[in-house]
Amino acid sequence: MYDLETPGDVDLKRFDADAEAHAYVEELGRLSSNDADQFMDVGVDVDETDRSGTFIVKDRSVIHCKTCAEGVEMMSISQAGKAHDWLSDYLWRNVDPETDRFTQQAKSKPHEGYFIRSLPGVKVEKPLQACLYIAREGFSQHVHNLVIAEEGSEIHIITGCATAPHLVSGLHVGVSEFYVKKGAKLTFTMIHDWGEKVAVRPRTVTRVEEGGVLVSNYISMKPVGSLQMYPTTYLDGPDAVARFNSVLVAGAGSCLDVGSRIVLNAPGSRAEIISRGITTGGTIIARGELIGKAAGIKAHLECKGLILNEGLMKAIPELSGSVPGVEMSHEAAVGKIDQREIEYLMARGLSEEAAISTIVRGFLNVDIDGLPENLKKKLDKAVSETEKDMM
Amino acid sequence: MLLIEALKVEVGGKEILRDVNMEIPAGETHILFGPNGSGKTSLMMTIMGFSGYKVVHGRILFKGEDITCMPIHERAQLGIGVMFQRPPTINGLKTRNLVEICAAGRDVSTAALARQLAFTEFLDRDVNHNFSGGEIKRSELLQLTAQQPDLVLLDEPESGVDLESISMIGESINGLLHRGVTFARGKTHKEIAEQPQKSALVITHTGHILDYITADRGQVLYDGVLCCSRNAREILKWIREYGYEECIRCTT
Repeated sequence: MYDLETPGDVDLKRFDADAEAHAYVEELGRLSSNDADQFMDVGVDVDETDRSGTFIVKDRSVIHCKTCAEGVEMMSISQAGKAHDWLSDYLWRNVDPETDRFTQQAKSKPHEGYFIRSLPGVKVEKPLQACLYIAREGFSQHVHNLVIAEEGSEIHIITGCATAPHLVSGLHVGVSEFYVKKGAKLTFTMIHDWGEKVAVRPRTVTRVEEGGVLVSNYISMKPVGSLQMYPTTYLDGPDAVARFNSVLVAGAGSCLDVGSRIVLNAPGSRAEIISRGITTGGTIIARGELIGKAAGIKAHLECKGLILNEGLMKAIPELSGSVPGVEMSHEAAVGKIDQREIEYLMARGLSEEAAISTIVRGFLNVDIDGLPENLKKKLDKAVSETEKDMM
Repeated sequence: MLLIEALKVEVGGKEILRDVNMEIPAGETHILFGPNGSGKTSLMMTIMGFSGYKVVHGRILFKGEDITCMPIHERAQLGIGVMFQRPPTINGLKTRNLVEICAAGRDVSTAALARQLAFTEFLDRDVNHNFSGGEIKRSELLQLTAQQPDLVLLDEPESGVDLESISMIGESINGLLHRGVTFARGKTHKEIAEQPQKSALVITHTGHILDYITADRGQVLYDGVLCCSRNAREILKWIREYGYEECIRCTT
């Protein structure tokens, strides 16, 4: 089991920041079947029929970038630097490169990343998809992503992160800076499917302006060596809203230290964090912090964990308010499946095993906003695999 | 249909049922009366096989088969169904899905059943989550109607139900037992009565449900012993007049 005191401990020297370049793939149909399978497992729609655009980074190379939707820009971060001279107003403005060793690494040895921007007032109907992929053994991937939802626009981004099937170890550092402007809505769904010994360190900071909405969904159900992230969201404008949903499964050998922090800076802003974790032998540290700094804000944090087999489940919910008139609450529960629930379903004709799996499915069934149908199926598949683990 | 012989049951080391003998023939509805704490719900839970109810003596036969040690789901598959008084909430499981689980592949129109019970808007809510007393009853009846058990155990079907819904609930129970009139839909009484017969054991504290369903017989459970078996309405009259005092005299 992972050391609780230093879950973030990764020896950077063990990884190599260099990799051969991969060729650009014009048609996704031409992807090697190996890669395509991995992409599909993290929600990438290889046919691109239900997507407004696709962006894929393999190791350090952008191997595909195409968008067909009007009013949306999607390109590599280096291209964006050439296209927009104002880009520096956004880069490293939310995230300080000196935050930690990982952000320093991302600053000193950058490997691309995506730039996505929805133009003012544009409601992008289908989601855009991005995939960050590690194929080279021992590679340390440092991506820097930037998303700008301009005033009154709406956009949904699905990001899938994965590694090649044979890969044993690797490090992924992802610095993401999101800007949700006045009245805009950004839905961000991230699915992780890393290797069993891969270390993952996303660093995400979002700023939401007046009346803006951020919905963030995070799903990690496959084995991962160690994952540590604590994305921070600042609700800077009045009536801004943030909602975070996470679904986490930690099998033996996996350590997930995952939380969300939301700072409610403006009156009338609202926040909700919902997390569901299941350990079947691994460690989950589920954090959550709500910081209320203005009157009339409302925020709720809900964190539920199930321990099946063995494993460690630690819930750390925090609330802090510094002015009168804030309304914040939290609900945390860690435990096992209630025998009464199992027997209730058995009285309806289910065997004990079937009853348990029905309850587990329900437990993980957080109502995820805007989750496409094929992703729901992936989730179902992952749940069945989890069941095999715990039986 | 159901035969209970010299049943003794312990809960947490304490004797709850002392000596229960009971028979419910096919097609009959029996009412089980008894004061609080007399062991009515324990008897029901024991018939269904819930953990925590330890049979220390006697046996339970259903359709001629000894089910005393059978797991819960096998009893359900054999044809026993329970309407719970306080069922647990199951987060994330939609009522619609549970009704499908109950149907177990049988062709059941969930939507039509839900309409009958005015329960359509609850189908997409988590099972029992923040349901009121009456909503729980309707949810349970919906599940049982999909499950189609041959023996239905009903735990206080009238408790927590407002006057308006109690007749609907009564009529749904009648439908479940193939004794209904309201939802007959053009079938003659003869056709309904010819359907395979269903049996029921109905726990009631107040007896109100007797205004809505037909009972073949009544039994009184007092202090872990079945002490009376006769016409249900007659028993109810005695209890209304004298409380359970008479039963004490009967058992001693």
